[in-house]
Amino acid sequence: MRFAVVQFGGSNCDRDVAYALNDVCGIDTDLVWYKDGLTRAYDAVVLPGGFSYGDYLRAGAIAARTRIMDDVRRIAGRNGLVLGICNGAQILAESGLVPGIFTINSYPKFICRPAHLRVERSKTPFTLLYAEGEVVRIPIAHREGRYIPPSAGKTGKLKEECVAFRFCDPGGNVTPESNPNGSYENITGVLSAGGNILAMMPHPERASEDILGSSDGKRIFLSMARFIEENS
Amino acid sequence: MTDFLVRITISLKEGVLDPEASLIRRALENLGFPTGELKTSRQFLVRFHAENADDARKRAEAMCERLLANPVIHRYEIEVMK
Repeated sequence: MRFAVVQFGGSNCDRDVAYALNDVCGIDTDLVWYKDGLTRAYDAVVLPGGFSYGDYLRAGAIAARTRIMDDVRRIAGRNGLVLGICNGAQILAESGLVPGIFTINSYPKFICRPAHLRVERSKTPFTLLYAEGEVVRIPIAHREGRYIPPSAGKTGKLKEECVAFRFCDPGGNVTPESNPNGSYENITGVLSAGGNILAMMPHPERASEDILGSSDGKRIFLSMARFIEENS
Repeated sequence: MTDFLVRITISLKEGVLDPEASLIRRALENLGFPTGELKTSRQFLVRFHAENADDARKRAEAMCERLLANPVIHRYEIEVMK
């Protein structure tokens, strides 16, 4: 089993994710510069957080149109797993690999703080080690994280099966007060229709060891590894 | 082939929240300029070669569809200037 973490110019969580995968979870992981392409047979690809291309135009917009995204599409097309975290999530949305877009927070300021999330689906390759409805604590750090789904019509309405995580309070209640960025229906984790691509604004790698204040995020990586083991 | 200058304006679709506009509106109000409405948009002036004005417009549309606009939240206007 082998994972790739793609590095764009301006990625800054690439090494954190690689550390969480390699050192914390024991998953063989390569850091791959975007110009080098994904030449090995990877089981999963992670697009890390950061500020690819300085967030120019729109966060993720330029990176989404680089050639390595064709490789990501190819891997996703043969049912490999693709995880986009924060800027990686913005890139996946801009690529059209998950429905909707992440745009400027309802109060247009950078937010960096812990967040509670409700796991809406546990039968996905990314969440199978969580219980449905479980509340986890994983931090957020973004200025463009407000989720807007595609409008009904041209692209079709967002299906509930595509919702992986919602912001909630510590008791698991999805409320306006627990929605830090104004996301539509508190949504902050979105799956592709096939379920093998996940875009999430919170940073699981920043919650992968107890010393970081939470290890709740680690199970996303371990879920992916478990899924790949069971399906290979 | 002729050189064309094209003005592309990208704005938010009706009903999409514009947090920066709300904030700017509030700042203006604090300076004594209350406003009934304030919207932001982004303008690109692009010069490129095209066969004719129609072709220039088509190429500008393609630029919007491929990169400059995101169809989930944006609409765009194109003005072929010369």
